[in-house]
Amino acid sequence: MSNADTHGDTKPTAFAQAMLDLRESAVLSGTEKRNLAICAIVAALWALLPLFSTGYILSLGISITIFAGLATSWTLFSGPTNYISLATAAFFGIGMYTVAGGVNLLPYPVLILIAAVAGALFAALIGLATLRISGVYFVIFSLGLAELVRQVVSWGQHVMGTSSGLYVLVDRSDSVFFWQLLVFTLVVFLVSWWIGRSRLGFALRIIGNDEVVAVHCGINTARAKVTLFIISSTFAAIAGALVAPRWSYVEPTLAFSPFLSFQVVIMSLLGGVHRLWGPLVGVIPFTIMWEFISAKFPSQTTLLLGVAFLLIVYFIPHGFVGLIEDFSRRRSGIWAALRSKWQAKGGGHE
Amino acid sequence: MQRRNLLKLAAAGVVAGSLGLGTAQAADTIKIGVVGPKTGPLAGGAAITHFPNFMMWQKLVNDRGGLKLKDGQRKIELIEYDDRTSPPETIKAVERLATVDNADFIMPVYGTGFNLAAAPIFAKHDYPQLAQAFVTDQGPELIKRYPNLFIIQGPTKAFARDAIAVLKKLLDEKKIGNRVAVVNVADAFGIELANVARPLFKEAGFELVYDKSYPLGTQDLAPIVKGAKAANPDAFVAWSYPPDTFALLEQAKIEGLNVKAYYSAVATAFQGFYGKYGQLAENVLGAGGYEDTPAIRDYMKIHKQVTGVDADYWGSALYGSMLQVLEQSIEGVGSLDRKAVTAYIKSRTFKTIVGDMDLRNQQMTRVWTVGQWQNGFFQAVAGDGFTNYKPVILKNNW
Repeated sequence: MSNADTHGDTKPTAFAQAMLDLRESAVLSGTEKRNLAICAIVAALWALLPLFSTGYILSLGISITIFAGLATSWTLFSGPTNYISLATAAFFGIGMYTVAGGVNLLPYPVLILIAAVAGALFAALIGLATLRISGVYFVIFSLGLAELVRQVVSWGQHVMGTSSGLYVLVDRSDSVFFWQLLVFTLVVFLVSWWIGRSRLGFALRIIGNDEVVAVHCGINTARAKVTLFIISSTFAAIAGALVAPRWSYVEPTLAFSPFLSFQVVIMSLLGGVHRLWGPLVGVIPFTIMWEFISAKFPSQTTLLLGVAFLLIVYFIPHGFVGLIEDFSRRRSGIWAALRSKWQAKGGGHE
Repeated sequence: MQRRNLLKLAAAGVVAGSLGLGTAQAADTIKIGVVGPKTGPLAGGAAITHFPNFMMWQKLVNDRGGLKLKDGQRKIELIEYDDRTSPPETIKAVERLATVDNADFIMPVYGTGFNLAAAPIFAKHDYPQLAQAFVTDQGPELIKRYPNLFIIQGPTKAFARDAIAVLKKLLDEKKIGNRVAVVNVADAFGIELANVARPLFKEAGFELVYDKSYPLGTQDLAPIVKGAKAANPDAFVAWSYPPDTFALLEQAKIEGLNVKAYYSAVATAFQGFYGKYGQLAENVLGAGGYEDTPAIRDYMKIHKQVTGVDADYWGSALYGSMLQVLEQSIEGVGSLDRKAVTAYIKSRTFKTIVGDMDLRNQQMTRVWTVGQWQNGFFQAVAGDGFTNYKPVILKNNW
């Protein structure tokens, strides 16, 4: 399968640039060192949040942190490959159920490990079976996946005769919970960054640009895609495992809610999927905007959110990253920006 | 140019919005926080059972001048948030009410999982949590864990147990045979009820001639109903959810599934169910039910007048009673001291529209569990702790 039709105009300059990037990736460049330092400082400051608020602001911080992790791990796979995955909820739910099922039997850290392994194995299975299909078929399949797993879990409970809701009653302060999630999100960032500058990341960018070219370059495209899918999905499973104690009660409809998958995709796209920090600049305004809307207009949330999305898609089709980068290039006028973006649609490295 | 203007406009709108809505609150009202699903899968149920009761309470209390405290009467003001049927949103909204809005009291949220997710926050800030839409078999453990949690609902098994007891009585009186067809929706409450019920049916001397589940959201229930009919049952029991409760009745009529006792679980108690099917719904059994008293009839009437929504025959009056408990406790204490109010609730019984309510053990001891449509009223025919049940009427053919 090829999606060459949409990306026929791969620019040789981009290719050459990527080759150069790759060669330099063995050592850290000055910019990279600077970025890592900035990242560390931001994370350290963010980690101080529980010292200032233990109430609402902290729970908002928890939302932002968890979605930053989920959106970044989603982008890890879907960004370079252009495979829009709506399967986040499936893996998130698996992680959640692992913890809910074993919370009275095993220590919590072991459960997180099991959740990660379960997520990875399941992703491998799914990835091997489906990553040969492309484009819209994959989107539809991934959407159905969460529903499939949910039905299987429900069926399992029906057969085993257990109650449908599982209780996860663990005492943990919000601050500890926040720090756990922060560590998780940092790991996601570091792994994403590392993959982005590795051979694997390079291979994926080529696949995203033109899969036929990738095959001709000698890249094992299936293996590269499956590997990334596994890594990305494992993170989603870990996120579910970390969140379970906060929910206290896990049932299939909540754990496998398709809404989560959509939220992650929307946040990532709002930010921009071709930069590591892209999802982050999507998650923060999205969470705050949504809070604002649901606080001020509790009865019209969905309507206003829909309007907000229309405006976003219409006026900033390439996410905040695109906006910021356009701005920094001092291009005036929205049409010029749009046109240039349109021409560069195939890849993220202009 | 265009973009800049638009951004300005948007920014202006945001600022205006926040100012306009932020300053509308008077300082001397009692702030009551309300969180529930206005969107998402549970929004339909909440629009009937959850939100209207708070609106009605606010109207009734404010019409009489407000709640009487030691330092004078104060009106109540509702602050509502939508949790979009998502636990993290519930947590965030309750946190927001507690720490940003400084709500004086926070109403229970809607749904078992949601009340559980919010319980630590209610506990942290000492809010009494009078949870009604909260069906659990872990009650004793949960109230030990959360000393401010009150469960105003029966345990899961009571609903299955009592429905079977109703049938058993008919069996003992030789009014029906012992062949029962059981179906259930393969989701949360449906699975739990079916699992609890299976051994109980056998214990009661019934033969399960048909026992099938169907996935949530099944569009075509014809095969299920056909199968049940082919088994030639004397009674039909469906541990069902709102959409299928309606669809099953329709299908049962189409297929001519005639039984002497017909039970469907959730939503049979909705007035909309009787409103839609009228005579067909007559003598259908279901979860919930109220005793036919003037207090309840008044409550239903006022509910409709004030909110424009018909109350249901299961949770609504319990919500109404819960609010009476809270109201009496706040006025009894004479201040907004939440710890004192919680202690007050634990210290006595209260007169409410569903009769005496005793929450001293944090869990309601009396609850109606099975109702039957009789002349447009969903009469309680079984329950826990009550004595005055209407006798069950056998169902005619469709």
